[in-house]
Amino acid sequence: MILQRRFEEKVGEAYALGKIGGFCHLYIGQEAVSTGVLSMLRPDDYVITTYRDHGQALARGMSPRAIMAELFGRIDGCSRGKGGSMHLFDRNLNFLGGHGIVGGHVPVAAGVGFAIKYRGGDQVIACFMGESVVNTGAFHEALNMAALWKLPCVFIIENNKYGMGTAVERAAAIKELDRRADAYDGMMGEHVDGQDVFAVREAVGRALAHARGESRPVLLEVRTYRYMGHSMSDAVSGTYRSKAELDEYLKRDPIALLAARMKEAGDLADADLDAMEQEIKVVCQDAWDFADASPEPPLDSLYEDVLAETGT
Amino acid sequence: MPIITYREALNQALREEMARDDRVFLMGEEVAVYNGAYKVSKGLLEEFGEMRVVDTPITELGFAGVGVGAAMVGLRPVVEFMTWNFALLAIDQVVNAAAKMLYMSGGQYPMPMVFRGPNGAALQLSAQHSQAFESWLAHIPGLKVVTPGTPYDAKGLLKAAIRDDNPVIVLEGEMLYNTKGEVPDEDYIVPIGVADLKREGDHCSIITNGKMALVAMQAADQLAKDGIRVDVVDLRTVRPMDVDAITTSVRKTNRAVVLEEGWEIAGIGAQVVDYVQRHCFDDLDAPVLRVHQADVPMPYAKQLEKSAKPDVAKTIAAVRKVMYLD
Repeated sequence: MILQRRFEEKVGEAYALGKIGGFCHLYIGQEAVSTGVLSMLRPDDYVITTYRDHGQALARGMSPRAIMAELFGRIDGCSRGKGGSMHLFDRNLNFLGGHGIVGGHVPVAAGVGFAIKYRGGDQVIACFMGESVVNTGAFHEALNMAALWKLPCVFIIENNKYGMGTAVERAAAIKELDRRADAYDGMMGEHVDGQDVFAVREAVGRALAHARGESRPVLLEVRTYRYMGHSMSDAVSGTYRSKAELDEYLKRDPIALLAARMKEAGDLADADLDAMEQEIKVVCQDAWDFADASPEPPLDSLYEDVLAETGT
Repeated sequence: MPIITYREALNQALREEMARDDRVFLMGEEVAVYNGAYKVSKGLLEEFGEMRVVDTPITELGFAGVGVGAAMVGLRPVVEFMTWNFALLAIDQVVNAAAKMLYMSGGQYPMPMVFRGPNGAALQLSAQHSQAFESWLAHIPGLKVVTPGTPYDAKGLLKAAIRDDNPVIVLEGEMLYNTKGEVPDEDYIVPIGVADLKREGDHCSIITNGKMALVAMQAADQLAKDGIRVDVVDLRTVRPMDVDAITTSVRKTNRAVVLEEGWEIAGIGAQVVDYVQRHCFDDLDAPVLRVHQADVPMPYAKQLEKSAKPDVAKTIAAVRKVMYLD
């Protein structure tokens, strides 16, 4: 979680210096969600997410170097500089990408669930999405099929309260988003505090028992908050949300909550935290240096990977 | 050689490829229990079971996405749209997901999948059910787009599409399903990206694709009665386009008519004409003419519909015009 936080602070710095371009959506404030979910998955499970994907990529174990190089648009990036911030992929980790169209990847997740079932495997797919997805047709089409066909999909709504600048209550005609599961027979729905990594893990444990154990889809609403703007181009507060609201949520910073709890239990000393911070600082600087030194993709790579070359 | 229908040819292609590779499955509306809205999938449920012949709800965006997800993790889905008109609901999955996955993942996720179904107008189905989408789909890098016009090409191109590691769009024709032609028993494919010179002549080239190949052949028959000999170049694939086949023919005949089912603006014919002006500028004896649908939504009334569609008479008129006969 600290790695995700410090890494993204570095990303913000690099964006300000013009080393990163395009759209860039930070995950700061939501780290307990990625960590809580992905620490419960198996390596052979699948993960798919949205354009706000840096946190999940790190939590899945992707190399900070490869992620930073991708953000810098360099050849050593995880997607060879073709994807950028919104499209991090790692086939070796079954990390099926960050996707840029709100709702578009939810049916894709159902398709991965279908393939798991087709092959008779016992993996699951974890599909992350923002809360604004629950109002798209794609979301409902996917959930209907997942329930109908009993697919092992864990759909995770990261409710950070705002779809860009539109508050959830101004967009969704339902308060408890996990109740969307009620529309589909056999789908389990649950909501959980997304700032508490242990609570997330426990909820995911129950979800996995249902999805893996019984091959049934689950809809999990994880209530969290993003501390930064929607992307790099909007103010953190002052337009669609107040500074007072932000300050209120900052009191429940997931990293601070976890640290406090661990200290109370005697599992963490200040010195441990300092050492961790120091180590992570080195990792993040190393990722920056690696990305900065990596060459731009050569111009002859422009036409590569438009089409695959082989057939069966 | 056996003579079978276009529908049977597609059915054989599906059956053979499903038998050959257990990663291949068919999904779409009414493909299983109903045996296909146009019976293309007749008998497949019985032979391959419900895991491989999958009836979907009416949920085009959803099941197109299911195909994308399945292809990402190694299956080889064939997604049937009851018609391409309905596929507009799924265009995000075709354009934003299937066509771009390999590129934006830096080569990590090929998309071995097929999107197929009938395209273009049938009879009196009016505006929302009578559209030819070749040019929409051919616009997108990352896709291949094939438009078989005969049973032989239908079987060979569908088999090639299923074996291809890229998303391939197969645009069939509702009016073609009952047409008949020779189809060999033995295993074969028609390579994607290769045109077919369906008739040889030296006076004028008719460059066409899909259902219009039939119209071109009928026009060629009638023109022959007046001693006019035309090349009929059936592109078969509109992306990637067989530019050599186009230029070879036009260099021989020095005149060309481009015949397509869809609308004029930014149509397939516009692209063909561009290749011709770039590569055959000095070979042309007349401006290239295009035959296409009238620039209106398809009307219902018989006479209006006929007037809107490209046909044999319009094609003959265009050929005679580029030959300065009229």
